[in-house]
Amino acid sequence: MATKRTIEVALSTTGLDREGRPQRVPLAVDERGQVTTLAPPPALEPEPELEGEHMLINLGPQHPATHGVLRLVLELDGETVVRCIPHIGYLHCGFEKIGEYRQYNQIIPWTDREDYLNSPGNNIAFALGAERLFGVEITERCTVLRVIALELSRIISHLVWVGTTCIDIGAFTPFLWAFQERENIYNLLEGWVGARLTTSISRVGGMAADIPDGWLDGLRGFLKTFPKTVAEVDKMVTRHGIWVGRTIGLGVMTADEAINYGLSGAMARASGVAWDMRKDFPYLDYETYDFDVPVGVNGDVYDRFLVRMEELRQSVRILEQAVERLPDGPVNVDDPRLILPPKSKATSEMESMIHHFKLVMEGPRPPVGEVYVPVESPKGEKGYYFVSDGTAKPVRWRIRPPSFVNLSAIPKMVEGHLLSDVIAINASIDIVMGEIDR
Amino acid sequence: MSAPFTVVHAGHAAPDAPAPRTARQVPHRGGTPNPSAARLQAKFPQQYVRHEVMWGDTTVYVLPERVQDVVRWLHDDAGEQYDYLVDVTAVEYRDVEQPLEVVWHLRSLPYRRFLRLKAQLPKGTPLRVPSVWPIYQGADWLERECFDMFGISFDGHPDLRRILMWEQYREGYPLRKDFPLRGRFSRAEQLRQALSQNPEAKYSMEELTIADAFEDLPLDMRRRLAGGERTGE
Repeated sequence: MATKRTIEVALSTTGLDREGRPQRVPLAVDERGQVTTLAPPPALEPEPELEGEHMLINLGPQHPATHGVLRLVLELDGETVVRCIPHIGYLHCGFEKIGEYRQYNQIIPWTDREDYLNSPGNNIAFALGAERLFGVEITERCTVLRVIALELSRIISHLVWVGTTCIDIGAFTPFLWAFQERENIYNLLEGWVGARLTTSISRVGGMAADIPDGWLDGLRGFLKTFPKTVAEVDKMVTRHGIWVGRTIGLGVMTADEAINYGLSGAMARASGVAWDMRKDFPYLDYETYDFDVPVGVNGDVYDRFLVRMEELRQSVRILEQAVERLPDGPVNVDDPRLILPPKSKATSEMESMIHHFKLVMEGPRPPVGEVYVPVESPKGEKGYYFVSDGTAKPVRWRIRPPSFVNLSAIPKMVEGHLLSDVIAINASIDIVMGEIDR
Repeated sequence: MSAPFTVVHAGHAAPDAPAPRTARQVPHRGGTPNPSAARLQAKFPQQYVRHEVMWGDTTVYVLPERVQDVVRWLHDDAGEQYDYLVDVTAVEYRDVEQPLEVVWHLRSLPYRRFLRLKAQLPKGTPLRVPSVWPIYQGADWLERECFDMFGISFDGHPDLRRILMWEQYREGYPLRKDFPLRGRFSRAEQLRQALSQNPEAKYSMEELTIADAFEDLPLDMRRRLAGGERTGE
């Protein structure tokens, strides 16, 4: 019985065997000293599948392309995402807990700080919910003013989205154009309420202030120039080869998936869900405005871009109609339970002074009840759910955060795509971490 | 690009319904209840508790044990089609006698309806309800947040863990009424607890670097922090 020993060196120092082939296989020597190879030399085969280890990388929380402090733990096979685990909560401030210790009007500054690109929208959404809870009907002028503020804040939010997404994908110029227009809107808001980013523009039962004289002319001027900027961004980006190549077919969600995953707003509409709160569950007389709701058919990043670009144009249409129909009259409701009396009356009339004192010290009290009023924020369906036990502070103040729910679908959207596409898909969700973590 | 895409129109199941309008003069109590409430009562007489209409929205109270069946019927039935889960949250009242409530906000896009579903969990009983995650994928994070903030367990949820607070958070459930606004521990105590953990067992690399940085702090600051001084209050 021949026993075989393995020799781990090649026969010749050149590394070649007798026939001159490269010597790669282990050799064996039988009892008679004959050297034989254990296995025939390997035939030329197609290159085998590379079985490398999966790599785990941490995208964020301090990464400029995650739009805030979002941390994505990605399991990569080569450059393909196999698994995505999002971690959130880095900005958690407990807004809902704080709201349980504040009067209704005192919560409004907190709403500025959740979705800080859409502060007027949050303020007004909050006021709409609280007014339903108080059983108050706002005035005609207030309704139109709110529509103006809502659409301006939608434009701000979409402009930031377009600009930052362009940067994520590699285009710098549209970012500058978008932020320049955003600056114009902030100037308008500053002229209206004095604040730019955190506006606190609404109050329960009215607005923080009426628009100053001549403000509408500034808005009209903006509405004249703004569509040109949109057209420029459109011309620059929409048919650009790199843009198209980096957005089409990414992060696809079908209409059924979008509904089942709870997507709302432009995310759902890009997937072919023709649903807009302004049309289907209207508020602030949105059904009387003439505007279209863009709906995508492919549900990818490119469609989300197209939908948001079209929403910019539609917002301009709504604003033009709102400017035309703005009626005269009071802004705040005539209800001393809710609205502070004028300062001159508070210092001269006994009754007004009592109202003033009680409103400031105790706050208005809604009846016992609960209410959920959703609005179409730029990110999606945003709603405030109030539960009142009849005291001046809510028992529960719940924010329904659209980008929280939209972001929860990101593992479904990125898995199977390349790492560089994660950035594009994440950008397309339009997240604001202040709203997600609250 | 495999499945063909179709456009789904909201309100497609009720084409004859009047165009939606802005709600005005909504009564506090009363008004037309959502027709789904009566159908739900007929379908699940054992589970149904009561319904009420408040500020125009219908709330149906159901027993918590079979919430998943109720929601599945609402989702699947051709006459209801509540295909969109708006929100999952909970309410705890200031009155300690009142039960904790789990709230599901459901929307039927085909019929343009909105329904609030509530299940009451009396104090002293285990806070458990069935998860609706098998029906709505979007319930994943909403239920995790509800668990994180209220400590309500959702049976059947695939990955029920804290979402906004970190996983080693030991102070309890922040939105419960017995949780003080400032938290249970002082900030110094929180820092000390974080630093006294076995970091390699629980912490990721970036958190380890934060713990190392404690040693680099000036001596007086380290002494103050270690002494449990209350900061930032």
